[in-house]
Amino acid sequence: MHFARALRAAGLPIGPGRVLDAVRAVETVGITNRQDFYWTLHAVFVNRHSQRELFDQTFHLFWKNPQILEKMMSLILPEIRGTEDADARDRASRRVIEALHGGSEPELDPADEYEVEFDAALTYSPAEMLQRMDFEEMSAAEIEAAKAAIRRMRLPLHQVATRRFRRDPSGPRINMRDTLRSAMRSGGSSIPLIRKRQRQRPPELVVLCDISGSMSRYSRMLLHFMHALTNDRDRVHTLLFGTRLTNVTHYLREKDVDVALDRIGEVVEDWSGGTRIGHCLHEFNRDWSRRVLAQGAVLLFISDGLDRDPSSGLEAEMERLHKSCRTLIWLNPLLRYEGFEPRAAGIRAILPHVDQFRPVHNLESLEQLTKVLGEPVSRRAEGVTQWQRKAA
Amino acid sequence: MRLPDDIGATKQLLQEGDYIADRSLATAVFLALSLERPLFLEGEAGVGKTMVATVLAETLGRRLLRLQCYEGLDVASAVYEWNYSRQMIEIRLAEVAGDVDRERLGKDIFSQEFLIERPLLQALEPHDGGPPVLLIDELDRADEPFEAYLLEVLADFQISIPEIGTIKADRPPIVIITSNRTREIHDALKRRCFYYWVDYPTAERELEILRLKAPNADIALSRQVVGFIQKLRGMDLFKLPGIAETIDWTNALTQLDALALNPETINDTLGTLLKYQDDIAKIRGSEAAKILDQVNMELAAERKG
Repeated sequence: MHFARALRAAGLPIGPGRVLDAVRAVETVGITNRQDFYWTLHAVFVNRHSQRELFDQTFHLFWKNPQILEKMMSLILPEIRGTEDADARDRASRRVIEALHGGSEPELDPADEYEVEFDAALTYSPAEMLQRMDFEEMSAAEIEAAKAAIRRMRLPLHQVATRRFRRDPSGPRINMRDTLRSAMRSGGSSIPLIRKRQRQRPPELVVLCDISGSMSRYSRMLLHFMHALTNDRDRVHTLLFGTRLTNVTHYLREKDVDVALDRIGEVVEDWSGGTRIGHCLHEFNRDWSRRVLAQGAVLLFISDGLDRDPSSGLEAEMERLHKSCRTLIWLNPLLRYEGFEPRAAGIRAILPHVDQFRPVHNLESLEQLTKVLGEPVSRRAEGVTQWQRKAA
Repeated sequence: MRLPDDIGATKQLLQEGDYIADRSLATAVFLALSLERPLFLEGEAGVGKTMVATVLAETLGRRLLRLQCYEGLDVASAVYEWNYSRQMIEIRLAEVAGDVDRERLGKDIFSQEFLIERPLLQALEPHDGGPPVLLIDELDRADEPFEAYLLEVLADFQISIPEIGTIKADRPPIVIITSNRTREIHDALKRRCFYYWVDYPTAERELEILRLKAPNADIALSRQVVGFIQKLRGMDLFKLPGIAETIDWTNALTQLDALALNPETINDTLGTLLKYQDDIAKIRGSEAAKILDQVNMELAAERKG
């Protein structure tokens, strides 16, 4: 069906099975009025809240031409077709569809609009930008070595118990199902106890990373780090923020790190700009926290805490964030400096609401981080209170 | 009850169960009923997703089977479990009787008699009055392995139990799946369902719902409540109030014998409406009074017009 193709062109993931469904659905409902027709197709083609707008626009553009509806009917109700006359009309309307499809494609595709917007926001090519974000003090060879090291890094996140069980000879509970099965084997004359224990798995990991100007020296390295994290385990979500918030989890799942970083370079619009931490955290808390932090996630907050606009309710947002996750670990590259003092307003607003405060500027600190994540997660680990006292 | 023949009848059916649905929701429900496919309802908490299933069960006279999802939900608590203690006793009794015919014992022990059926399995069995309504509530709370398991069940409406064999439904149950979107459900599952996003209602529909669900409330008060809540939904709050909150609030106000909203009563009862301290702090006091003024002005303008 051409409408399905138009939708696909607009960016909805629609397979041939779905088209068959749609035809069946329309047959069931019957074409009586436009509104029902709309909602029938909607129920079949849309399966995410975010796709609604796209569907709506495509629908209205596509069905503007009443002849197409006619064509639709002739497709699904073959009995009303029949004479040569109808066939001719059929062919004509197909041409109309093709014309419509080819001619107005840019209009049909709201995704294009966004891209135009990105281009306007960026006065330089995003790929170039990524190139310039290298670790300044490192030679090319060192960078390669660092990347390799990051790739090798495994984060042994401390496990939490789930409600599922697995067989374990020394487990604390009795596995009744398997016990009975093995009892059957001996005809019930002996009943060997088989035990089980709760399965464990690492908690979700959410990375919130600052990519503003002051962080740009570390951005590329950190992206490598996040890429390694994402591909190492399930359930990692990564969001980047500067002046706005972008979820890049999907792009980081790309196995090839360079492809992934290129894609991210294309979608993120605020590289090396200013920082509005409070604003971005607000957005995160409102739109994402319930979706990615719901199952007790560990949160890595990577930022130097230098907020362009620290009065924007940063502290309240930080508090909310802290309350919604299992542990909040703040990684701050500024901690590398000997005489670092938590003076900046932003830093002082964030500090009371973190459980761990660690440096992140070189491989060594990243390795330390992997160690920390392997330990049982606790609120308020050593070191934080001392910083908090300084900030107060 | 027979299944409805068209969208209008579906809407009527829901209305009989005191559920006021948009025509768009009725379309999705109608499709799910007539094409025997699961209906996937997504939306914020408290917009009436679960109600769709309960109302359908009630008006169609079907049994409602509810599976509440949670993290770590497994086959034993969702599909079936053997009644182990009874099996043990059976084995002991066989022993005492000196009956060690293994094969027969095996057959006896793993028979329907010792099977504890959980909602998914129950849903596949024949029921008087037609297939039941299976509500899989808050699927987003279950973990991915369970979601994958559901895929198989929902595609063929059959479950295999190693000891007994495959159980297949003669007629598929009416399946309603709800999600609060705490995480995205995999596309593979959504593809097998009809999808509908349940939105907050319009002021008009919300008032209609309120008249049905809180009939004792004063009509002027109801109007004010709806106006106030519609305004709140336009604000930047952490958790916007749903229809459930609207109804609760109206009932609370009626309990307190309030005939009209005023800033004090709003402040006192804000807890039934907003569920986060930050939100309450934001609205309490002058902000509430401001919104109320706006609502009153609009209502007055409406009356004149």
